[in-house]
Amino acid sequence: MRSAHPGEDALDTILQLVLNGLAVGCIYGLVALGFVLIYKATELVNFAQGDLLMLGAFTCYMFVVWYGVGYWVALALAVALVALFGAVLDATILRRVIGQPQFSVVMLTIGLGAIFRSFASIAWGSEIYTLPTPFSARATRVAGVAVSHEYVSIIVGTVALCAVLYAFFTFTRVGLAMQAASQNQLAAYYMGIPVKLMFSLIWAISAGVAAIAGVLLAPVSLIDINLGFIGLKAFAAAVLGGFGSIPGALVGGVTIGLIELFSGAYLPQGFKDVAAYVVLLVVLAVRPQGMFGAIVRKKV
Amino acid sequence: MADPLLTVTNLETYYGPIMAIRGISFVVPERSVVTILGANGAGKSTILKTVSGVMDPQKGTVTFAGREIQGMDPDRVTRLGISHVPEGREVFPFLSVRENLMMGAFTRRDAAGVGEDLELVYSYFPVLRSRAEQRAGSLSGGEQQMLAISRALMARPRMMLLDEPSLGLSPRLVKEIFEIIARINRERGVTVLLVEQNANMALHIADYGYVLEVGRIVMEDTCARLLEKEDIKEFYLGMKESGVRGTRRWKRKKTWR
Repeated sequence: MRSAHPGEDALDTILQLVLNGLAVGCIYGLVALGFVLIYKATELVNFAQGDLLMLGAFTCYMFVVWYGVGYWVALALAVALVALFGAVLDATILRRVIGQPQFSVVMLTIGLGAIFRSFASIAWGSEIYTLPTPFSARATRVAGVAVSHEYVSIIVGTVALCAVLYAFFTFTRVGLAMQAASQNQLAAYYMGIPVKLMFSLIWAISAGVAAIAGVLLAPVSLIDINLGFIGLKAFAAAVLGGFGSIPGALVGGVTIGLIELFSGAYLPQGFKDVAAYVVLLVVLAVRPQGMFGAIVRKKV
Repeated sequence: MADPLLTVTNLETYYGPIMAIRGISFVVPERSVVTILGANGAGKSTILKTVSGVMDPQKGTVTFAGREIQGMDPDRVTRLGISHVPEGREVFPFLSVRENLMMGAFTRRDAAGVGEDLELVYSYFPVLRSRAEQRAGSLSGGEQQMLAISRALMARPRMMLLDEPSLGLSPRLVKEIFEIIARINRERGVTVLLVEQNANMALHIADYGYVLEVGRIVMEDTCARLLEKEDIKEFYLGMKESGVRGTRRWKRKKTWR
């Protein structure tokens, strides 16, 4: 670092924090996206979302390190497997609790999360692993700021994924049918849309997105069975954005990521972990529907 | 009359412990318009829901085009050619009008035919063309009803189930919508099963009518003859000739069942 110009140094730090905050925020945003997709469709809040991320990271790690599969192939395999797992989860377990009190759904998904963690520690061990990726420990200096490829890969990956999802939900027949099934289940049935299948697909997409987030996160954070607790912050991000709004989930995620990194750097020790929740409380007090939430009234 | 397209026999449907339909039988001949009249809570909507598979009957059979369909999942029933226009429109509020219509054609694979039908429904309801890119939730009630009927038509159904299409609409709109329903039946050969509280309108476009009271069919006849019956005039068309309704109930007057 060039200490001759302390002002520039501070600017460097800020840019670095912005980059890292954006990247971490993207991960929160992706997990929050999974929360929102499932909630909009089935009105279930899936507290195992973070653990699906953990499973994705572990699965990719297993393919890369144990079986020597290439990174991109391993990524595709991990996403496909976790997505399939999500669909099966919906078809076998979660479909049964639709319409039950929200409390039992919360208990069920928290329980599932615990099961996934145990499964991971049995299958892969409870040590801490690093996933070698093409982006690991590489950096490019842009205008004096060291830009690490890991963080850039997260941001680029998130933007690309969101573009693909947006195109899928807006322009394809199945994507529109998923939206339709989320908005009005009964009418979707009347249209001949196989609603149950659509819900399973939504679960698959949410789980797949979580798996991608896990693989993107792996080089930055280390992989262990508690990786899934990131889901709590992602949940805060989803609420911040107004549970039920997809752009809100992403903006909420990025907001929380930035707040977390900046409060970690400039506020006393310990604030990093609570700052996000403090902001969440303030936002909910001022604007209870969240940043992007709309109070929708049904037209009679 | 032609062979019945839809035959319902001894249907019984419950809401939990409450028996909503108490053993109903009726037939809907191909290319006809059949109406079921009845007051609130008589079980009209329940009949349609049971036919389209949203509710499962406890007893009885529903036969459509020679096939028993009771208890089938609603999306499969739709694929067989029954389109249900539910009570209260039930459009997809955050999809555009055009997207709503395309969802109506979800079961179809023939893009050319879907395009033709899109033009057809726009010709029936020109207002939908001008609102094509607007969110369906922002339409007025009448426009939403037009959209709901058009959406059902997009499946190119053999039979349409219409649940209270006149609900909450102005008299002029009601007339317009009923004229379109008659045209759909006449020009497209779509069989219609119509459930209505607006008995006057329903009896004028339908060929045959059933009267439902508390889950039972208490009267059936051609609509021309139903319009002449004293009880129909008094209770459903509001034309009183003598005295007040008093405590007389059809349930007690079983002579004409």
